[in-house]
Amino acid sequence: MEAASKVIHAIYNDDDVLMSAVKSVKAEKHHIEEIYTPFPVHGLDKIMGLAPTRLAICAFLYGCVGITVATVMMNFIMIEDWPQDIGGKPSFSYLENMPAFVPIMFELTVFFAAHLMVITFYLRSRMWPFKKAENPDPRTTDDMFLMEIAIHDNEADLTNLLKQTGAVEINIVDKDEDAH
Amino acid sequence: MEYKISNRLKLTALILFIVGLAGVGYGFYSAHQVTEDNIAEYMNDGHHGEGHGEEAHGEEAHQDGGNSNIIASVEGDGDAHAEESHEMTHEEHALHQIHNRPYAALYVAAFFFFMIALGVLAFYAIQYASQAGWSPVLFRVMEGITAYVLPGGILVLLAAALGDSHIFIWMDPEVVAHDEIIQAKESWLNKGWFFARGIIFLAGWSAYRYFSRKFSLAQDSVDGNSNFKKNFRISAGFLVFYIYTESMMSWDWIMSVDPHWFSTLFGWYVFASMFVSGITVIALITIYLKSKGLLEFVNDSHLHDLAKFMFGISIFWTYLWFSQFMLIWYSNIPEEVTYFVARIEDYTLPFFGMVAMNFLFPLLLLMNSDYKRIPWFVVMAGVVILCGHYLDVFNMIMPATVSERWFIGAPELGAICLFAGIFLFVVFTALSKAPLLAKGNPFLKESENFHY
Repeated sequence: MEAASKVIHAIYNDDDVLMSAVKSVKAEKHHIEEIYTPFPVHGLDKIMGLAPTRLAICAFLYGCVGITVATVMMNFIMIEDWPQDIGGKPSFSYLENMPAFVPIMFELTVFFAAHLMVITFYLRSRMWPFKKAENPDPRTTDDMFLMEIAIHDNEADLTNLLKQTGAVEINIVDKDEDAH
Repeated sequence: MEYKISNRLKLTALILFIVGLAGVGYGFYSAHQVTEDNIAEYMNDGHHGEGHGEEAHGEEAHQDGGNSNIIASVEGDGDAHAEESHEMTHEEHALHQIHNRPYAALYVAAFFFFMIALGVLAFYAIQYASQAGWSPVLFRVMEGITAYVLPGGILVLLAAALGDSHIFIWMDPEVVAHDEIIQAKESWLNKGWFFARGIIFLAGWSAYRYFSRKFSLAQDSVDGNSNFKKNFRISAGFLVFYIYTESMMSWDWIMSVDPHWFSTLFGWYVFASMFVSGITVIALITIYLKSKGLLEFVNDSHLHDLAKFMFGISIFWTYLWFSQFMLIWYSNIPEEVTYFVARIEDYTLPFFGMVAMNFLFPLLLLMNSDYKRIPWFVVMAGVVILCGHYLDVFNMIMPATVSERWFIGAPELGAICLFAGIFLFVVFTALSKAPLLAKGNPFLKESENFHY
């Protein structure tokens, strides 16, 4: 299928109207390319049918990495490499001296889980300091909600449908302009 | 929704009660079979410590022999330090422990069930004071459980009075006369003041329970929120009273079994234990009633929230357990560390097993947010948490009373059944006395539509 060259931008000024608009667009089986909102709209992802995030699973795995790093590191340094007697602490095996290592094991687990998860989030959502903003309409960062739908020879149909859903403004835009 | 206690449940409670009585009775009977006359014979038969090997036996003999040994003389339980002044033979020492066991078993179970009810009462007060919007549909379940605070508290005090110096070594004037450390604490640790304090604590807690229940029921049938506001105020007041008295209660009822030992965060530690067990029981009873179709207004988001509390408070408990353990382990001061030496040497499995049950198990099972919505999953985690916290109380009381002569046998299981029977009967009778929906609560609508 050839890529759609034009998209339709329907702009709403209320999140409740947007939600019901998404429902009717979904009911008509149109594919919603993207929705831009100034703030998180609770339940929008469910109505759009977006897959749940797996970020939490990543974080759990990163945490496992963190606790492994902490354990291996301290076992090597404190037990294997140079097992000194420091204030009578038993450095004969990791287990015997473990309570002293727990604060570090805990902190490194949290450190790895938190930071790697954030970095994963940045990578997956393509965010970095000098990234060009992908904003089809600056008003969507303030008080407007924008729904973007690709046009496949059904411009009139879509315009009608979106008008009925309470869009305050409908624009037809060339896709190349805001290609991302 | 009206709930009527079913005959089957009554019967279950009765059976538990009778089986429990039999177990406890057997415990006392078999303990008193061993007397000064046959103790030597009994120990030669290899009965000592039921399942504990020669090693523990030998070690103890060694400690008794060398009475200058620091560990032996400071060892939490008074039997060991009594020897400083008048030599106690190995046999006498063992006899004491054997005789202490049924009393301690009774006391551990009495306290365990009581602390569930008290933990729920604290949770209930927090829900009122914080004006939580999710929980009002569960208020009647909580009120049902807290009905056990008064009878349960009286039972704990009775068990303490019955156990007397079998549990609290400082209640034995003979021991106190030879023990300067306990003598120095006599202004706090004396029988009259101990029971007076217990009665004051119980009076305060059950007074709050009585009035909050009364206002909650009254709110059902009146317009306006005056009863809710009263409940809000007394809940805030109760929480202040509770946090002081709970801390003192933990010194009295638990920490004083080791009158030579003290820990500053002990009150919090006991609080975390009762709080998480209480929340777990709320979840279990909610799931039970919902499975009977009696709590249609409770949805899986409520369950999810309860499971989150079980998860979070389990970790909070672990945090306090570890903080207490690690600080004492790290500095290794003899007068403090004996507490853990006694536990790690003689109670290795219950001591570390409890940490696995109360921390690792809930951590891994209840981390996933989907699992927190599945009733059988929450029940499974809840049962492990409750067993873990029983072991927690067991680990706090037993080392001071029976030392290495512990076992989870007839006296312990009997006592659990006995109090479980009473608990079930009291709680479900209270549940059947009022509609299961607190319909006058101003947050009810929000709670019914609660969705997470």
